[in-house]
Amino acid sequence: MNGRVLYIDLSRKRSWIDKCELFADRIGGVGVGIKLLEEELPKGADPLGPENVIIFAVGPLTGLYPMASKTIALFKSPLTGNLGESHAGGRSAIAIRSAGYDAIVIKGASETPIYVAVHGERVFFRDASGLWGVGSSLTVGRVIREREPDAGIRSIMRIGVAGEKLVRYACVTTETYRHFGRLGLGAVFGSKKLKALVVSGRGVILVKDAKLYRTLYDEIFNAATKTAIMRKYHDIGTSMNVSPLNEIGGLPTRNLKEAKFEGAEKISGEFLAENYLGRRVACSHCPVACIHLAALREPYEDEPYFYKTTMISYDYELIYALGSMLGISDTKGMLKLFHEVEVLGIDAISTGVVLAWMTEAFEKNLISETETAGLKPKWGDWRTYLRLMRAIVEQPTEFYRDLSMGVFYASNKYGGSDYALSFGGNEMPGYHTGPATHIGFLTGARHSHLDSAGYSLDQKLLKEKRKPSVEEVADYLLEEESWRQILSSLVVCFFARGIYNPTLVEETLKSVGYGFSSAELIRLGLDILRDKNRFKMREGFKISGLKLAKRICETVSPLGYIDSEFVEESVGLFYTKMGF
Amino acid sequence: MCAKRISVIDSERCVGCQLCMFACTRRLGYGGLGFSAILVKSTGGIERGFTVIVCRACPDPPCQKVCPTGALIVREGGGVRLNTDKCIGCGHCRDACPFGAIFWNYELNKPIVCLYCGYCVNYCPYRILAFEEVGK
Repeated sequence: MNGRVLYIDLSRKRSWIDKCELFADRIGGVGVGIKLLEEELPKGADPLGPENVIIFAVGPLTGLYPMASKTIALFKSPLTGNLGESHAGGRSAIAIRSAGYDAIVIKGASETPIYVAVHGERVFFRDASGLWGVGSSLTVGRVIREREPDAGIRSIMRIGVAGEKLVRYACVTTETYRHFGRLGLGAVFGSKKLKALVVSGRGVILVKDAKLYRTLYDEIFNAATKTAIMRKYHDIGTSMNVSPLNEIGGLPTRNLKEAKFEGAEKISGEFLAENYLGRRVACSHCPVACIHLAALREPYEDEPYFYKTTMISYDYELIYALGSMLGISDTKGMLKLFHEVEVLGIDAISTGVVLAWMTEAFEKNLISETETAGLKPKWGDWRTYLRLMRAIVEQPTEFYRDLSMGVFYASNKYGGSDYALSFGGNEMPGYHTGPATHIGFLTGARHSHLDSAGYSLDQKLLKEKRKPSVEEVADYLLEEESWRQILSSLVVCFFARGIYNPTLVEETLKSVGYGFSSAELIRLGLDILRDKNRFKMREGFKISGLKLAKRICETVSPLGYIDSEFVEESVGLFYTKMGF
Repeated sequence: MCAKRISVIDSERCVGCQLCMFACTRRLGYGGLGFSAILVKSTGGIERGFTVIVCRACPDPPCQKVCPTGALIVREGGGVRLNTDKCIGCGHCRDACPFGAIFWNYELNKPIVCLYCGYCVNYCPYRILAFEEVGK
């Protein structure tokens, strides 16, 4: 790593490069990013004010080894009012590194819509007033593609209308199908009047020992392509989870009133692959190609024999949030919802959870057609959900503005908190596998399934037919989340965690000049996690404020009913063990 | 004499992982993509799939015809070799290639031309590329 950080000040329309020494001790990615955020973000900053800061960071393996293809984004989340962290692949990471940077820091806010193009050393502030308000984020991508150079080696990170309208869970999309999905980076872009960030470059990375580099490379390449480790991500993809999770009764259905969905077959990975899979796509430098695109062929109603085919990306979390959670088993209808979140630029998980809560609140007469402006949400009715999504983005009434703030906010105002599925202010991911997954959502630095994968422990316990102790859960989650700090400092895709074990990480790091031992790496992971939590506490996070929605304990999980006291104890122990 | 080249067998199968591009620069002992003589880009957006751009080793190469200094030499069997000492970096070869398969080293201001080594083919996970005799 050269430690070069590109600073972009949107207020003054200026950019400069600084050398950052942190990469030597903190690797890159979140390790460096959290320190930069702590330094750059004023305490108590308004997430949607010009004082919010966006850090993009890559790692020392980016551009060198396969699957080190993620860019991490750190910012203050407008959804939770605290640490925002989101990762995306596509070509973003390699583009940033090839442009000559290890991190990009975006500060300030523009008064008028702009997009920023970084082509190697040159930074351009380009007017985006014409792009502001364009209805589809896909069109925005198309326009910028035509205007900017370096096709094939560039990344175009852009927002949709949801980001412009400050929907607190708006996402940033890159390379059409990858997202900085969670915690509202899109709204932060929108608040800065930043429609897109384009990055490209042609720099190469110097390697000390080319022979060793190639040997290690081949080892990783062979593990990824010639063994079964990555196979599942390629074949059916993450949607392979639908059927087994449904079978064990861990698939949240109709706002988690149930955890088994009678319509699961039609939204399962196998069904989608057989009937709709049209293309697989990969992030740059990843041989796995986990991105599955469904080809949806639809007739135009006004003319016979006139069709359009839309390529729609699908993954497990979308199927959960916009499928089973909304009681939808009409495959085509579900795919249309997937397409709509893409068009609008909103996080699929949060959107689905908000819509599910709203449907139940409507059922229970907490809200009526007065609030919904005449729309009647109903499980399975994807046509209405399509209109509701647009309403959340366009916010024609106060109620929809409230929905755009997230389920925690909306339920505080209208009631129904018992079944508002949020953790630390972030909407729940698609696992109701047992206590560990929910303890993970509560304790995870970003309250996401990606933090510590508690669902893995739950499923392991189910196989072994045993109940865990409070301590076992806390230990497992802490160990997993700590190690993931190293992966997201490198920045290696979590899907490749089976390949990038501590020994391999040690070796690859050695090949680029780092001397960490496996044990030191594990300690560093814990340190980074502590830093994140310290930052959160600085911004007002309280462990005692973590609440589990009643619904979690009311719906049976594969490991039985979840005991709130067990959860509470385990959460407490997790933080004690971390040192808080 | 059988000259070989990189053939694109079926670009519809390409997932856009760009491992071929990384292999090309890696073979020269570097990381990244900056020295690659092969490019995978979308055909007007990733939803429409990918196109692979690499020298097809023309038997009668237009790039060589427009080289004013004789830096590009026709290879027996098809394709060209670059004599960097003679190259003045005028860029005519790049403009003449209808495929856009002459890439550019901006630091040296010289073209990057495929060496027909076949190294990239070994890293194509989905058999889009093949290392074949010219004319096959």
